[in-house]
Amino acid sequence: MSRMDASVLTISRIGPFRSSATTFGVLVGSGFRRYSTYRQATIAGSFTNIVFGFLRCYVLLALAEGVAGQRPGGYDPAQLATYVWVGQGLLAVIGIWGWNELSERIRSGDIAADLLRPVSPVTSYLAADLGRASHAMLTRFGPPLVAGALFFPLHLPSRWQTVPLFLLSVILAVVICFGCRYVVNATAYWLQDARGPITLWTLGSGVLGGLYFPLRLLPDWFTVALWLGTPLPSLLQAPLDVIAERDGPLLQAGLVVVQAYWAVLVLALAAFVQRRAERKLVVQGG
Amino acid sequence: MGELRAYRALFGAQARSVLMYRTSFLVELLGNMGATVFDVLTVLVLFRAAPQVGGFTLAEAVLTVGLSSAGFALADMLVGNVDRLKVYVRAGTLDAVLVRPLPALPQLLLMDLPLRKALRVVFGFVVLGGALAINDIDWTPARIALVAVTPLAAAAFFGSIFVISATMAFWWVDSGEIGAAFTYGGRDFTSYPITVYGPWFRGLFAYTLGFAFVAYQPALALLGRTDPLGLPALAGYLSPLVALPAVIIAAGVWRTGIRHYRSTGS
Repeated sequence: MSRMDASVLTISRIGPFRSSATTFGVLVGSGFRRYSTYRQATIAGSFTNIVFGFLRCYVLLALAEGVAGQRPGGYDPAQLATYVWVGQGLLAVIGIWGWNELSERIRSGDIAADLLRPVSPVTSYLAADLGRASHAMLTRFGPPLVAGALFFPLHLPSRWQTVPLFLLSVILAVVICFGCRYVVNATAYWLQDARGPITLWTLGSGVLGGLYFPLRLLPDWFTVALWLGTPLPSLLQAPLDVIAERDGPLLQAGLVVVQAYWAVLVLALAAFVQRRAERKLVVQGG
Repeated sequence: MGELRAYRALFGAQARSVLMYRTSFLVELLGNMGATVFDVLTVLVLFRAAPQVGGFTLAEAVLTVGLSSAGFALADMLVGNVDRLKVYVRAGTLDAVLVRPLPALPQLLLMDLPLRKALRVVFGFVVLGGALAINDIDWTPARIALVAVTPLAAAAFFGSIFVISATMAFWWVDSGEIGAAFTYGGRDFTSYPITVYGPWFRGLFAYTLGFAFVAYQPALALLGRTDPLGLPALAGYLSPLVALPAVIIAAGVWRTGIRHYRSTGS
């Protein structure tokens, strides 16, 4: 603990790139440690993910029974089961729901302390979020996957590139989700209270992200428009389609490219919104 | 009389505080309705993809989801916010509630009554109305009574589940999302004909916990269909008889929990 703090204090003595990389790494580590203290909540959350996994998996498998050829949306039953269970594992990793830390700090005026720090808030919150996500990947990703594998036949990846592509896709999804949540929270700079935008975000990201049902069940033109016009399918649908090998190798990689495009765009938007906000910000309260 | 005024004051304070930020409140109101809209849309999307799912058609499924969401939305608005209990226990706010000379549960519910969920209830009943219109129902006095009672019994049942899950916080503050598996999980479970689930999972949720009688069995009784899972037609009329013990158990668990509660002392 004290050794880590010391490395922050000495950053000015090493090169500028190394110093910012060190700072970023320390922030990631602190995000990780913060979440590792909530052990019981981790168990409770996994239990709930598993129950919802059963609900969704049974419904989609019953749907496959009812469709001629048993391939609704182009997924066979094993791919559907993989879609559901990997999705339940990824929910906490991507972290769609329940982040209002930034908007609360803006509302209370605590954001002033963040602005005094030498690291931009977008960077420091991104680092903390990557720490949170890596903790979730180690603790929350496995249990639903194990439960799913015990009770349902899952689709195992058949291509060598699927697993590395999936990991890349997950990292990009975490970054995109963070950027979106940052922008949504940052509306509090203008509205004071971001509960409304957060509600809309929770709503849109769940259903249009592919959590409620695979978006491939919707008409093709609509799915493509969603994919290219909004970052939402890049949150869950993309990594899940990659791991379920829903498409050929080319399109599989293409999904990750689309994600990369959204990651850059959303982060740039977050940085832009933050700069605009700083120009007009009047810190609340005394 | 004085009690009533006290409750009104609690509710008034809550209403004023949410109306402070009007835009946010309006967006929340619409957003919350949107959540139920999407839940129903999900069922539509799935049933549109296949002629039948679990042996039921789209129109029949809409009836199940209509009964379930009308009941759930009602319970969620009136009682759902009790799941904030764990926050109150952790922060010690519950002490303030307990020292007042009023029962704790109604106070908690009124302090936090989520007005933003009002449109949800309206939408739930609209879906139910639509479902009754598109299905060819042979109306008898018994079925009319059934339509009137089922959403209320469903609301009482879901409300009990909300209270029981929230009460866990008295023993386990970090119970986190476990309650959601049974409250929101119960809503999702009852949104589909229960024939879609695997046998042991169905046995647990539908018959052991009683969720079968919330929407699925009443829907069968309204449609005049025999249960492919073998329960007699009478089962459709049992929802009040299942809700009643649920309410009694919830009240008992709540009382035990309140007695067990030791303040954090801070």
